[in-house]
Amino acid sequence: MNLHEYQTKNLFRKYDIPTTKGKLLTHPSQLDDILRRLGGDRWVIKAQVHAGGRGKAGGVVVAESKQEANEEVRRLLGSKLVTHQTTKEGQPINSIYIEQPCDVEKQIYIAFMVDRTTQRIMIITSSEGGVEIEEVAQKHPEKILRNAINPVVGIMPAQCRQICDDLGLDKTLSAQMIDLMQKMYKMFVKNDLSLIEVNPLVVSKQGRLLCLDGKASVDNSALYRQPKINEIRDETQENARELKAEKLDLNYVSLDGNIACMVNGAGLAMATMDLIKAHGANPANFLDVGGSVNEKRVIEAFEIILSDEKVNGILVNIFGGIVRCDVIASGIIEAAKKMDLNVPIVVRLEGTNAKEGLELIRESSVSVYEEADLDKAAQKIIELTKGTN
Amino acid sequence: MAILIDKNTKVLVQGLTGSQASFHTQRAIAYGTTVVSGVVPGKRGQRHLDLPIYNTVECAKRLTGANASIIYVPAPFCKDAIIEASENGIETIVCITEGIPTIDMLDVKAAVDLNGSRLIGPNCPGVITPNQCKMGIMPESIHMPGSVGIISRSGTLTYEAVNQSTLAGFGQSTCVGIGGDPVPGSDFIDILKMFEEDDETKAIVMIGEIGGAKEEAAAEYIKSNITKPVVSYIAGVTAPKGKRMGHAGAIIDGSKGTAQEKYTALERAGVCTVKTITSIADALKEVHP
Repeated sequence: MNLHEYQTKNLFRKYDIPTTKGKLLTHPSQLDDILRRLGGDRWVIKAQVHAGGRGKAGGVVVAESKQEANEEVRRLLGSKLVTHQTTKEGQPINSIYIEQPCDVEKQIYIAFMVDRTTQRIMIITSSEGGVEIEEVAQKHPEKILRNAINPVVGIMPAQCRQICDDLGLDKTLSAQMIDLMQKMYKMFVKNDLSLIEVNPLVVSKQGRLLCLDGKASVDNSALYRQPKINEIRDETQENARELKAEKLDLNYVSLDGNIACMVNGAGLAMATMDLIKAHGANPANFLDVGGSVNEKRVIEAFEIILSDEKVNGILVNIFGGIVRCDVIASGIIEAAKKMDLNVPIVVRLEGTNAKEGLELIRESSVSVYEEADLDKAAQKIIELTKGTN
Repeated sequence: MAILIDKNTKVLVQGLTGSQASFHTQRAIAYGTTVVSGVVPGKRGQRHLDLPIYNTVECAKRLTGANASIIYVPAPFCKDAIIEASENGIETIVCITEGIPTIDMLDVKAAVDLNGSRLIGPNCPGVITPNQCKMGIMPESIHMPGSVGIISRSGTLTYEAVNQSTLAGFGQSTCVGIGGDPVPGSDFIDILKMFEEDDETKAIVMIGEIGGAKEEAAAEYIKSNITKPVVSYIAGVTAPKGKRMGHAGAIIDGSKGTAQEKYTALERAGVCTVKTITSIADALKEVHP
């Protein structure tokens, strides 16, 4: 789960990590009050959406007057922001963060993330902050510093001193930076984050370190023990159908094609999509019913699939292990009774209780095609959907 | 010979009284696995599936001689359960549970490495050596003793590979599902090394997926250390960027971790790659000695 910039900065403040002063706006009528409270005569207007590349897309602008601030807020609020990281439709702007500008002396990059290779939390820093870090990583990999934290001992002062030396920071700044890194590590671990990224972390003209931006993601598996973070989740930033599926405990990802794939297991779901593609057709989605599926969930899965108008055929591919094929079969039969399954369905059942599942389907009056061989099953659904889209 | 587990393995089940644990332990016993006890905190002295239950792994190990543990404990308690098994000298630990917080796994991995235990999973189907020992949730009927070693990040794709290698007449030496999480207990290289040293294994099937760089690292390892033929499939050629594809680990970040990158690395290492999961058997027929 992703946090907005303002939410990340609220967390920073909770951990005493220095950041700029800002206020959140959700309605234009709040603007005057916010500008008065922030003071000054220039303000940075930042659209709060879950996507990078906001600046280039016009989602971060500096207003030189109250009137300009008013115009920018009215332009952004309620519209959608399209950046290189969003879909074509873009992300809705429902809130705006307004800050005082900061006189910048130097820009640094800092991120904390879980590194799969070392299986540790990694601090990534660069003296080249404020620019697209992916580009720096490609052109000047030597300018990206990586330091892994041993979970047994946590972040150590000596390690932080090394990073400061490598970044070329003087004594005063190093002291601030060491303090900041230790607080960020604490925030990362305590909140089950998978990412903190600050680009840029600036040195102000007054010689203070400040987080000018802030991006954080939370490990979804740990949300059960982070109730406060769960509360601030912004569902307007997520795909509605995917969100509904998640609430039903289904893994669903919407794609551009027309053949729906209802599968158990993430790997098999991907392999089924790949197979459909390899035979020249396009998958409409990825739907993993998971390991603890029951009849009710199979029906819910069909509902989600059929709510997508692009879908004109469904391939059910189950290789039962922990999942029992007879349970899936009863779910399909129940779904057919309850819903108008007006698109062709090909069912491939293999593994735990596959025989029992296929018998259930044969005995019912449900009109589905069954095919034991996965390759043939994929070809069959493609043949059945040809010419109907 | 087999890797990790065989007919002499004595299995204890952590979380034995849960519904999934009960269902799959019954099947494992029926398959011939030597299950010796269960560990369920607070249920010491009870019996379940005709097995004694203990409060702690220490007690279960001392009284029943268990040397392997399978964990069906709910995610919030898995960190404790895995570290407990490892602290008490259990050699092979298989964790089936999915959804363990990554921060927990960082600590778990450091602890099991320190104790020298071998952790398989979490979020995995487990390990099976056909007709000898089953520690996991896989459908046992599709397996057959034989010569192919299988390693996979995905449970269901392990079954696909098993099914095809059985139907093609090769059978399996041992099948290992390492799980789809970002921080697994074991990775491809750990298992490849064991298959290379196992006389019974004549060919290896390695199934990867998008995300991370474990397949690329495995490719490097195969190039200089593995003499046996390897067949490999990578799931997720069609997966869109930036989306989490069910498995916590299966996400493409920018241009890193794509299926194409992984295929290129594997092909460079001399691995026989297949582009659809249904082609595993055909590839095995080509390379199996």
